[in-house]
Amino acid sequence: MKMPQFDYACPSSLEEAIQLLSDNEGAKVLSGGQSLLPLLAFRMAQPTLLVDIQKLAGMDRIEISADGLRVGARVRWCQIEDDKRLATAHPLFQFMINHVAHYQIRNRGTVGGSLAHADPSAEMPGVARVCDCDIVAVGNAGERVIKAADFFVAALETSLQEDEIITEVRFPPWPSGRRWAFHEFARRRGDFAIAGVAVFFDIGSDGVIADAHVGVIGAGDTPIRLDAVEQLLNGQRLDEELIGRARHLASETVDPQSDIHAAGDYRKSLVGTLTARGLRDAASSGAVK
Amino acid sequence: MSARIPLVGKPIERIEDRKLLLGRGSFADDIHRDGMLHAAILRSSVGHGLIRHIDVSAARALEGVHAVFSAEEIGRPVPRIPVRLFPNDGMDPFRQPVIADGKVRFVGEPIAIVIADTPAIAEDALELIEVDIEVFPAVTSIAAAVAGPALLFESHGSNRIFGYEIRRDELADIFETAAYTRRERLYVHRHTGITMETRGVVAEWNAADGYMRCWGAVKVPFANRKILAGMLDLPEDKVEMIEGNAGGSFGVRGEFFPEDFLIPFAARKLGRPVKWIEDRREHLLAITHARDVECDIAIACDGDGHILGIRADMRMNIGAYFRTSTTIAPRNVGQFVPGPYRVPAYSADVAVIASNKSPSGTYRGPGRFEADFFRERMLDLAADDLGIDRVEFRRRNLLTEAELPKPFPAITPNPVVTELDSGAYEHVLDLCLAKANWADKQHLQGKLVDGRYHGLAVCCFVEGGAAGPRESARMVLEDDGTISLYVGSSAVGQGVETILTQIAADAMELPLDAIRVFHGSTTYVKEGWGSYHSRSTVMGGNAVLLAAAEIKSQMLAAGAGLLQCSGQEVSYENGRVIAQHGGSVGLKELAGKDIAFEATFHNSKHTYTYGSHVAHVAVDAETGHIEIVDYVAIEDAGRIINPLTLHGQAVGSIVQGLGGALLEHFVYDEDGQMLSGSLADYLVPLATDFPNIRTSSIELRPSPNHPLGAKGAGEGGTIPVGGLLANAVAAALRDFHVQPTELPLSPDRIWRLVQDAPAQSGA
Ligand SMILES: Cc1cc2nc3c(=O)[nH]c(=O)nc-3n(C[C@H](O)[C@H](O)[C@H](O)COP(=O)(O)OP(=O)(O)OC[C@H]3O[C@@H](n4cnc5c(N)ncnc54)[C@H](O)[C@@H]3O)c2cc1C
Repeated sequence: MKMPQFDYACPSSLEEAIQLLSDNEGAKVLSGGQSLLPLLAFRMAQPTLLVDIQKLAGMDRIEISADGLRVGARVRWCQIEDDKRLATAHPLFQFMINHVAHYQIRNRGTVGGSLAHADPSAEMPGVARVCDCDIVAVGNAGERVIKAADFFVAALETSLQEDEIITEVRFPPWPSGRRWAFHEFARRRGDFAIAGVAVFFDIGSDGVIADAHVGVIGAGDTPIRLDAVEQLLNGQRLDEELIGRARHLASETVDPQSDIHAAGDYRKSLVGTLTARGLRDAASSGAVK
Repeated sequence: MSARIPLVGKPIERIEDRKLLLGRGSFADDIHRDGMLHAAILRSSVGHGLIRHIDVSAARALEGVHAVFSAEEIGRPVPRIPVRLFPNDGMDPFRQPVIADGKVRFVGEPIAIVIADTPAIAEDALELIEVDIEVFPAVTSIAAAVAGPALLFESHGSNRIFGYEIRRDELADIFETAAYTRRERLYVHRHTGITMETRGVVAEWNAADGYMRCWGAVKVPFANRKILAGMLDLPEDKVEMIEGNAGGSFGVRGEFFPEDFLIPFAARKLGRPVKWIEDRREHLLAITHARDVECDIAIACDGDGHILGIRADMRMNIGAYFRTSTTIAPRNVGQFVPGPYRVPAYSADVAVIASNKSPSGTYRGPGRFEADFFRERMLDLAADDLGIDRVEFRRRNLLTEAELPKPFPAITPNPVVTELDSGAYEHVLDLCLAKANWADKQHLQGKLVDGRYHGLAVCCFVEGGAAGPRESARMVLEDDGTISLYVGSSAVGQGVETILTQIAADAMELPLDAIRVFHGSTTYVKEGWGSYHSRSTVMGGNAVLLAAAEIKSQMLAAGAGLLQCSGQEVSYENGRVIAQHGGSVGLKELAGKDIAFEATFHNSKHTYTYGSHVAHVAVDAETGHIEIVDYVAIEDAGRIINPLTLHGQAVGSIVQGLGGALLEHFVYDEDGQMLSGSLADYLVPLATDFPNIRTSSIELRPSPNHPLGAKGAGEGGTIPVGGLLANAVAAALRDFHVQPTELPLSPDRIWRLVQDAPAQSGA
């Protein structure tokens, strides 16, 4: 488990970094290294050059405005965990990220690294997908704003070009009073999820659900949205009967794979269970949570 | 002088820890020698096949590579690893060659070794070796191995490569006439001990003296020296094994593995020191695995719930080869099913099955974890069937003190006579129930609280310890008046330095810091046996007592001379020899007198620590998640030398048991590929996973078999956990009639049991 040989560069400007990526075939961005370095140790990746982006300025901030959140690609999990503003500015984001890995890894792992790595069980891709985030990437051809829905292509595969670097991710604003919940099931605390379900919605003055979002991690080869469940919920009053139907539909909609930790049928059932729990939880959350 | 307060029995903090916490420990990877090279091992990526051709030319040509060896260069016949414990001629054809020659039989089996300037270059070179393997069908599960047709050893004609018969009395027609019988097929999955420090070997050959020195030894340095000397054709006193600090053994690490030959071989061949540090992937692939045993078990009782007999037909999947300690688990699993209970008639047949998996051997509670799962599951099933309370059922069947000592069922081949020595089994059961608030919590059995079903279970166990035949200790009075204590026992992280210091300090009536312990290395004592079978405290401790008695009499003789009186006129007190005439001499004055002695303690009788555990679990029937709400354990370890280290052993042992019961699982596919080859997939308990463990140790019945009275401990915590957890889950999910018959109790498995349950809860 010793890494293969590679060259290393630590440029101080984005332009330089992009140039290095396009000039060196097989070059890869290095951010927190928490996914890339294990791949190197296992010799499952053999990049010719690592372009370390730690010196690129301005990518390690969380900006909050009326337009929503702008989270720099170099923002680390521990910053999100510690940022008091997020409790109101985006509680779902903060809560989901608190499920990522362990203390040591949270000190290094980054938002951009997780998005680019695109593990279908990871929380950051999941929250980006359920919140309809925009992912901003810069390459030789300039800046691109990619919708989360278009970003994740398959397990560990995104629509990023070889020379593109993610610079930030943009979250739409989070209205106060929004109902939300996230339920994740993992074998041990900090493990990648066997499955996780994030839900949020607003309750209109008429008491019915509006703008329902239901996102799932760990049950497909990308983070997914359960459109059918969202449609079922919108315009309805949330009661046990509706939750039961949502649970059933959620379970029926997903088609997860089996692995050594959980068979596909178990995961299917789990998605239903977590959806029901999420909806119940969200119903009672409101502005107080 | 004020009366000395004994140190044995006191919760003394580990002497080892200061050095370790300051980063001054010396582990295998801390060893650096001038001119040292690094090794990497090419391992089979195929579960079963025939090596047709190995081409190492490109690897040899890589800059920085010094040598590449395969069976060709090592020389035929390739040495094969001996069976250290209970060897039998019948095992010979199935012993592991130190490097694959012809066939490969498991993924991870060494095929070639590269020696290079750095570990990374050595790994680069591995990628350049071309191996052409003709792939054969593999067998991994017990069913597949039994069915064939793929055979690991074609000339043997079957994958059943050995067997044991275990008998007590005649079953006769008990099963035909008993009021109650039940049979089940139960299975304990493959897992093992994951040591924090992986294995490592540094070897240095001194050509002028014909002397081989190896670092990284642990657990059984003397046995490994003997094996290595034989393979290298050297006299034993020309091979030295140096034991540094060790990041765990658990029975697994420290046995003789292929690398324990390959690295010294390379060092001698190249005339340069060579280092090899196992990486985690290699550790998971090729370390000794454990468990993996299936059991068809039947129990017969009378109408009042007295056990009349148990019959068991077991198949243990030992993987590809017999190695040093492979015999222990199949023997134990057969012998320990009766445990602390009165099982008047007993019969077990244990078939040893070969398959295309890593060879197995001892791991904390070998065979006993499995046997206890089989037994305790059957006890709860029988109690429920008979409508008898589960505790009451155990009371009726536990051995009373009047029935002890109680011989174990006889085993063949390689018979060994051993007996349960002493214990107040039912009394400790009561203490455990009281501490766990068993009676007050009964209303929770099967109850749904906040979405989770609660369940409690209780189990009783025995743990064997103190394997003979001997252990050595040498005491030397140094010039500065301190005593150096050289022991054959090994330190594997269990605190043996502290324990032996306490025992020696009391024996010599000295403070702790007057004793310095040197352990494990083969130059310290003539002969040592090491640390396994919970033996170091009992065997090493008694050897210390013998050595102390002898050097005290040497001191008296020397002191009498200095004080100019006769041997009858002096006495020994707190490190001084005192004459009746009032004069006295201290240890410093005696130091020039060559006071030293090496003692050997002989013992063939085992000790049996025993106890009870209670688990309270809450099961989420929708997700299959099991939470440990409370876990209470009490064990009687005879005489307690140090309650603090014992407590640490007990907690760690239980956590490891929980890991085995809930998380840890070596999964192979049909082709023999391991699917749990990293710590992301092979899940060990994390520090925060099981916070609710309450254990205590008591001193009720010292072992009658030796002067110290202590009983081996450290494995007991693990032994009952699998059966206990399965029983607690069954209790929690009783409305679903869920009865786990296999481990691990993974969420997926629990969920499936609920789905498939014959009756759903009334809700
Ligand atoms: C033990 C362990 C447990 C973990 N558990 C979890 C978990 O529960 N949930 C979870 O989500 N994650 C988990 N992780 C992964 C962790 O969160 C990683 O930090 C994260 O997935 C990758 O972030 P990074 O900054 O370390 O990226 P790196 O490892 O540096 O890079 C990952 C990939 O992204 C690319 N990349 C990095 N930054 C950029 C960028 N700005 N633009 C374009 N490409 C880029 C790299 O080239 C590489 O391909 C775990 C990791 C470990 C070691």
